[in-house]
Amino acid sequence: MTEQTDAADGTERRVRVVLVDDHRMFRAGVQAEIGRTEETGVEVVGEAADVDQAVTVITATRPEVVLLDVHLPGGGGVEVLRRCAGLVAAAEHPVRFLALSVSDAAEDVIGVIRGGARGYVTKTITGADLVDSIFRVQEGDAVFSPRLAGFVLDAFASTDAPPVDEDLDRLTQREREVLRLIARGYAYKEIAKQLFISVKTVESHVSAVLRKLQLSNRHELTRWATARRLV
Amino acid sequence: MPVAAARPPETEEPAVRRLYRSAEGRWLGGVARGLAGHLGLPVIWVRLVFLGLFMADGLGALLYAVFWIAVPLGVGGRSAEPRPVFETAPDGRRRLRKPDRGQLFALVALLIGAVAFVANTDLGGPANRYVWPVLLTGAGVVLVWRQADNARRAQWTGDGRRRRLLQLARGLAGVALVGTGLTVFVVVRGSAAQLGNVLTAALAVIVGVALLAGPWLVRMTQDLSEERLMRIRAQERAEVAAHVHDSVLHTLTLIQRNAEDAGEVRRLARAQERELRNWLYRPEGTGKDEAEEPATLADAVKRAAAEVEDKHGVPLEVVVVGDCPLDERLTAQLQAAREAMVNAAKYGGQGGPVQVYAEVEGRSVFVSVRDRGPGFDPDAVPEDRMGVRESIVGRMQRNGGTARLRSVPGEGTEVELEMERADG
Repeated sequence: MTEQTDAADGTERRVRVVLVDDHRMFRAGVQAEIGRTEETGVEVVGEAADVDQAVTVITATRPEVVLLDVHLPGGGGVEVLRRCAGLVAAAEHPVRFLALSVSDAAEDVIGVIRGGARGYVTKTITGADLVDSIFRVQEGDAVFSPRLAGFVLDAFASTDAPPVDEDLDRLTQREREVLRLIARGYAYKEIAKQLFISVKTVESHVSAVLRKLQLSNRHELTRWATARRLV
Repeated sequence: MPVAAARPPETEEPAVRRLYRSAEGRWLGGVARGLAGHLGLPVIWVRLVFLGLFMADGLGALLYAVFWIAVPLGVGGRSAEPRPVFETAPDGRRRLRKPDRGQLFALVALLIGAVAFVANTDLGGPANRYVWPVLLTGAGVVLVWRQADNARRAQWTGDGRRRRLLQLARGLAGVALVGTGLTVFVVVRGSAAQLGNVLTAALAVIVGVALLAGPWLVRMTQDLSEERLMRIRAQERAEVAAHVHDSVLHTLTLIQRNAEDAGEVRRLARAQERELRNWLYRPEGTGKDEAEEPATLADAVKRAAAEVEDKHGVPLEVVVVGDCPLDERLTAQLQAAREAMVNAAKYGGQGGPVQVYAEVEGRSVFVSVRDRGPGFDPDAVPEDRMGVRESIVGRMQRNGGTARLRSVPGEGTEVELEMERADG
């Protein structure tokens, strides 16, 4: 939606991206959509079609953002994340992962997010939105699609049992509100306006949710996943 | 085993019945019981016939064993056939007593038969040596076979978990009996002195056979399991192919025909994508035909959105958090939501996908429908336009819920519906 708003202020934005997807046609499509570097600021520096290739290319090129397909030959996106864990956690120039999948099944989404991806978008996303998401991820934000927000809410919703670690395992009221608005299709800016907070605060709430999702609440997620026979 | 099909079928019977060994009320392998059920005879007659045949140089035992091996275990002879006849045979009224009486009687008969048999063969003098080992071995074999039957039966019934120990004990007892029988056989034959030699020879033969046949056997089992795997795969592929053919190919053909009508193409593609996604990622059951009426809120919301999407060609993104069964109030809420979706699709669909969000939280259900269309001024809606006023706001209020409508010109419209559930 707001693809060029930041570019307008004169600071030339550039982001180096690696594209991981086993469909050549899809890679070509994404490349055509976002790869016009002068317009979008996105530079596709590498492509990979399976897990091994992905790890090699990512290690070699050290991109800022990896667009990662969830279903890949050789173990899937989760496996790529696992083998690139060092790069994700790197203090300087960490590699951020944005999952891009045709599947919006809960187990896929939650799986890669817990694996360390910074966001999740489906392949029906428009080119402009995708570019926007890439930049947000590069800046360290989490990108939540409405659907992802729905899954997270769902995962945290059925926590009637006493939580193991109150601080870690529960979403705060505010975080829940933010997620709910995301799930309802609001953009970060609109959420900020609605809740009378700044966009930065919205972003930090979302990041907190992401952290909680990755680090804590194994219990709830496991329970949630088992209840749905996902694991 | 298909051998059972070779039994001469009783054509007078209305239903085609196959011969099964009866799992219920059996003593040994359920052969007599199954036969009795199949032939429509009192089970005791069959047993007596077997006993009589047994007297004839053990023919009965042989026959019984053949039946046992060849005929699959089932519930065939159990039901109506043997019971009534069985009951009239020994004495008067009692229902539950009767099988016991019969069993006792037959057991005694069996014992007498066995003793008679032993006494009979006793005349042979030296043959006596073989009788006891053979009987022991036979008993052991029977025990183990029955055990195998039981294991199989437990698979259907699912019970008998706590009896596992007992089963193990019985199996072990059977093996021990067979072992003792064979040992006694060797000892009695007076070849105990050469036991070592015999054992070595036996071992050599077994190892030899294993060496010769082993690789072949392993290969065969591997081939078999591989073949089974292939068959399962082929079946799965056939199912996927059928589905893809049914829906995807047809849709692609339609898209080719309507290539110049972008809206129609988009509508077809969306509908197909949704259907295929449903089919692929459905957590359980891959049935193509879903139930006519959705029973839960999540299903109903998705269904309504899908219908609106199909009808108006505008994408609707549905997010559902939590789920609960539908009740009367929720049905009303859903109808209101559906109306909101239709409005959003009609008037706000140009601004991108319509967002539908439903959440069950405790006892209240919240649904929001949001579009990014041009928006409108709710107060400026003429009195005679009933869509929003009656179908959404009015319907919610009549059923004890609330509806809120927010519309900002230029930013789209959002309808929020809130309803308490009727029951907990």
